[in-house]
Order: sequence, then structure tokens, then C-alpha cells
Amino acid sequence: MIEVENLRKSFGKVAAVRGVSFSAADGKITGLLGPNGAGKSTTLRMLYTVLRPDSGRALVNGHDVVQEPLRVRQSIGVLPHSAGLYPNLTARQNIAYYAELHGLHGAVADQCVAALIERLDIGDYADRRAKGFSHGQRTRVALARSLVHEPRNVLLDEPTSGLDVMATRRLRELIRQLRDDGRCVLLSSHVMQEVAALCDQIVIIGDGKVVATGSPDRIRQQSGYQDLEDAFVHALQSGAS
Amino acid sequence: MAGMLTVFRKEIVDNFYDRRTLFTSLLFGPLFGPLMFALMTGLIINRTIDAADEALELPVVGAEHAPNLVAFLEQNNVELKPAPDDPESVVRDGTHDVVLIIPDDYPQRFRAGEPARLQLVIDQSDSRAAKNTSRARRLLSGYSARLGTMRLQARGVSSMVTQPIMIEDIDVSTPTGRSVLILGMMTYFILFSMLIGGMYLAIDATAGERERGSLEPLLTLPVARHQLILGKIAATCFYMLISLILTVTLFSIVLRFVPLEVLGMNASFSAGSALHTIVVMMPFILVGAGLMTVVASFTHSYKEAQTWLSAILIVPTLPILIAAVQSLKPAFSLMSVPSLSQHLLITEIIKNEAVPISWTLLSIASTTLLGAVLIWLATRLYQREAILG
Repeated sequence: MIEVENLRKSFGKVAAVRGVSFSAADGKITGLLGPNGAGKSTTLRMLYTVLRPDSGRALVNGHDVVQEPLRVRQSIGVLPHSAGLYPNLTARQNIAYYAELHGLHGAVADQCVAALIERLDIGDYADRRAKGFSHGQRTRVALARSLVHEPRNVLLDEPTSGLDVMATRRLRELIRQLRDDGRCVLLSSHVMQEVAALCDQIVIIGDGKVVATGSPDRIRQQSGYQDLEDAFVHALQSGAS
Repeated sequence: MAGMLTVFRKEIVDNFYDRRTLFTSLLFGPLFGPLMFALMTGLIINRTIDAADEALELPVVGAEHAPNLVAFLEQNNVELKPAPDDPESVVRDGTHDVVLIIPDDYPQRFRAGEPARLQLVIDQSDSRAAKNTSRARRLLSGYSARLGTMRLQARGVSSMVTQPIMIEDIDVSTPTGRSVLILGMMTYFILFSMLIGGMYLAIDATAGERERGSLEPLLTLPVARHQLILGKIAATCFYMLISLILTVTLFSIVLRFVPLEVLGMNASFSAGSALHTIVVMMPFILVGAGLMTVVASFTHSYKEAQTWLSAILIVPTLPILIAAVQSLKPAFSLMSVPSLSQHLLITEIIKNEAVPISWTLLSIASTTLLGAVLIWLATRLYQREAILG
């Protein structure tokens, strides 16, 4: 469960996020949709506590991101924009490192890592150095790494960008599984089709503000456009004016 | 604490797989210093031996005017060369360092008891030739002094008349003391290879991690940031320590093969001295690791960090240079200056001088303090949002 109230963040004179509010429920996939530079990544970064909001409030499982960052980090799994694996380590070592940093040790950690390798179908390249991985392989290992501690909330920043069709389909399937486990999944994307295919709820962000929220159907209804892309463009234009 | 240990272990393993880190910290760094040192001392020793034994090549114009002088020169290890056509040009173009001209009027003036003129053609701007020109000049003045004495004796005057004052040098330098100038280089090499040993890890753990994009997910883990950076600094220290131990060990081996005794030196580097050197040097690991991490944290990319660090690495070696130029004597107060104190202490250790324990303690305390300040600064830098770049 993630609740965001009137979040704001500026870098110098540039206001990146100007009052974003929404909530993302457990057992649902929530999509932050917006053009490049709309403030999606900045919002996510505040939620996973690497940036501090200037004002406003964000709660993850009831914990404030500013007051209790360590508690928040315990309950989230994060897949940032770049996978950021360690090229000299194998897939298994990469995942095990995060397990250890989450406080898992010994046989428990090994089991947990092995289970994830099985679940995300990484087995073929689990013991190869990450150096030569394809983009799809890197993304899967990074996702496995973010799930070692079975987080209730999963935050993904443009998870499918740069992936080919097959890799995208498999990743979407994994994301749906996460929802079916009852987790709260929050992802960002600038691709309309992606969000339409995947998300139960959409938060459209334009120029640092929320311009529309609701299920894909509801957004279509509100805008009066049947095509979701037209609805998206309409929402952005009416939000800007 | 657990998080810090995990990061420490991972960085050690990760960098062990990285050929560049491994090569510089475990091979290039430790080998470079001792080998360079052996080479340089070898060259110095050769030059010194050559200078004493080698005959001085001296072309003489008008040798027939002064057979006695020529005989004297030959007795004194001078190899006479035929007179060149144009003495000035052969000196100018460097074919010969010095040419002696005995003018036609030499025998006549000599017999008359007047000062007989000799000319040395030299090029004062050629520093390489300075040794040979001064050697020729010394020989000629020696000949002149001998003749003067003989002439006085022939007139029944004691030669002591011309020596109202006699100067005696009392040389207090011990054989080991003389070796210090050469061995002073050793501290420099030890310091350098130690810093190089940790450099790539320091860059990789900060600027490198940011550039790869692995810093951001790392910061989303439930581990306090200061634990992450302290784990990384500890791993840097570990590699520097390995590098230090290897370098000092190699030095103690190399010193056995460098014929320092030819120079009248008595430098010994026992296992005890090696251990003492490592202990004195160890606190400086904190300074080096802290400094490199702080600098690498400011930079935006691996390349930029590398450029900055190569320049910054000169800073810790500056006090050593200043000490060498000023020929500073070790003193208690100087022990409060990191890097200078290590240099002075290690020089004393090599000389086999007794080092007051208070000196070692002050050096360790002041260096550790500076290291702690730098490491604290690095952890502060890691708290900034800008660390993500």
C-alpha cells in the first residue's frame, strides 16, 4: 500500500514534481504514465527514499518515507531505470549480495536465491558473470534481486524500456504474478499501450502534476475518447491548460 | 555493522575478479617501487665507481712544451689525446668535455719563475661535463702546489710559510648516514605503491558504481548509507594494506641484491625493520583511502575520477619532497605532519637509529586523526542526494 499526498520536489529552480497525490493498493498494478520529464522517476525516487521531498507526504505500508526510511526500504523492492548489476559477479552472486544486505544469511539466503532463480527462469545463466548478459537477462536478474526479501511493495521505473517483444511479454507475466501474490505494484512508463495492457489503475502525470487517475475504462469515459492514447493526449492537454 | 561487513566482503571479491584492480594493487604497485629503486641505485653506484676508476680523457695542445706536466698527468690516470685542430669547437659540440692548451711561452715563463699560463677550454653551461672539468682543474692546481713547495724548499724556505692556515674536514657522516639520500626514495615508492593499490577500488566503489547505475538500487536497501561507504572504504584499506605488505617485503628482498656496500653504505633492512616500517605506514592507509574516496565522490565518471586522482596522489608525496630539498632533521614536532612523519621515521629505521616511541606514537595519532576526518567527510558526502549524479 502506497499513499502519496501533495508531493513536491525541485532541483534548483526547476520544479520537477509540483504536488502529486495518488494511492496504490495491494493486489493491484498501478501505472504512472506521462511523457519524458513529467516527474515520474523523481516521484518514484522519493518513494524509494533516495530523494527527499521538499514538501508533502508519502507513506509506504503506513511508514513515512522521510521519518522512517529504513522501515520503508524493508518493505519495498526496487527496479530502477538501469538494472545496475555488478559485471564481475555472477547472476547468483548479484542476487546473494542483496539477500545478505537484507539480513539473510547462510542456508536461508541460499534457498531464497535458488527459489528466485527458479521462479524467474534465470537458471541457464545463473552462474555466468553479468558482464555478457543481454538487456533482458539483466532486467530479470535485477528484478530477482529486488524480490529477495519478499517485499509487499514493488516499484519499477520503466521496466520494459529497451526490451524486445518476447522479453517484454515475459516480464509482464512476472509483474502480473507479483500482483496475484497480493503485492502492491507501482510502475512508471511513457508508453500508453504498455500501461493499458498491464495496469489496473493509471495515474497520468504531466509537467509534475497529476492530470487524471482511474482505471483505463474510467479514463476513456472521462475524456470521451475510445482510444486510450487519444485519452492520454487529451488529459495532458487539458491538464496543461 | 552487518551491512558494512557484507559490503566489505563483496568489494574484496568483486575487485579480485577485476583484472585492472588486481594488476595495479597486487602486481604493478608492489613491483614498480622496488624495481625502480634497484635500477636507480644501480645506476648511481655504477656512475660513482666509474668516476673514480675511469681515466680522464684530456686532449692536450702543445704537449711538447711541458713534458714534466704531461708525465704528471699520465701518472694521475689521465689519458692523453692528440691535440684537436680547433679546441673550442670540439668542446662546444661536446666531443670532449675539456681541452688543455699549453701556450708556446710556457717553457720560457716557467724557467723565468714567472706564473706560467695554462688554458682550459671548457663549456660552463654543460653540466654533464662539470665533473671532468673540475677533475682536470684539481689535477693542475695539485701540480702547481707541488711545484711551489719544491721551489720554496730549493730556496731554503719552509713550505709552511705559504700555509698560515690549515683546514681539516672532520666528516661525521657514518657510512649508513650517506645511504639515506638514496634510501629516502624508498619512502616515496612505498607511499606511491600503497596509494595506487587502493586507487581503482576507491574509484570503482564510488564513481564507478554510480556510472554503472548500481548505486541507486543499492541505496534502496535497508542499510544506512554510512555503513555502505564505510564498507567500501574498508575494502580500499584492505587492498592498500596488501599492497603495502607486498611492497615492503619486496624491498627487503631487493635490498639484498643491490650492492650498497660498494658506496660505503651499511643499510640493513631486517625483518624487524620491515615490520616497523609497515606499522609506521599503516595509519596512512586511512588518509589515502579517505582522500581518494572523497575525491572520487565528487567526480561524475570513472574517467574523471581517474584523472583527478592521478593529480591528487601527488599531494601526499609533497612533504617528502620538501623534506628532501630542505634536508629536514627528524624532530618530535615534525611527527605531527602526516606523510612527512612517515618519511622521517622510516629513514631513521633504515639508518638503524633508535626511534623514540613517543615519535612513533605522535605520528600514528596525528595520521589516524587526519584519516578519520577524511573518512568522516566521505560519509557526509555520501548522505547528499547529489551522490546519485
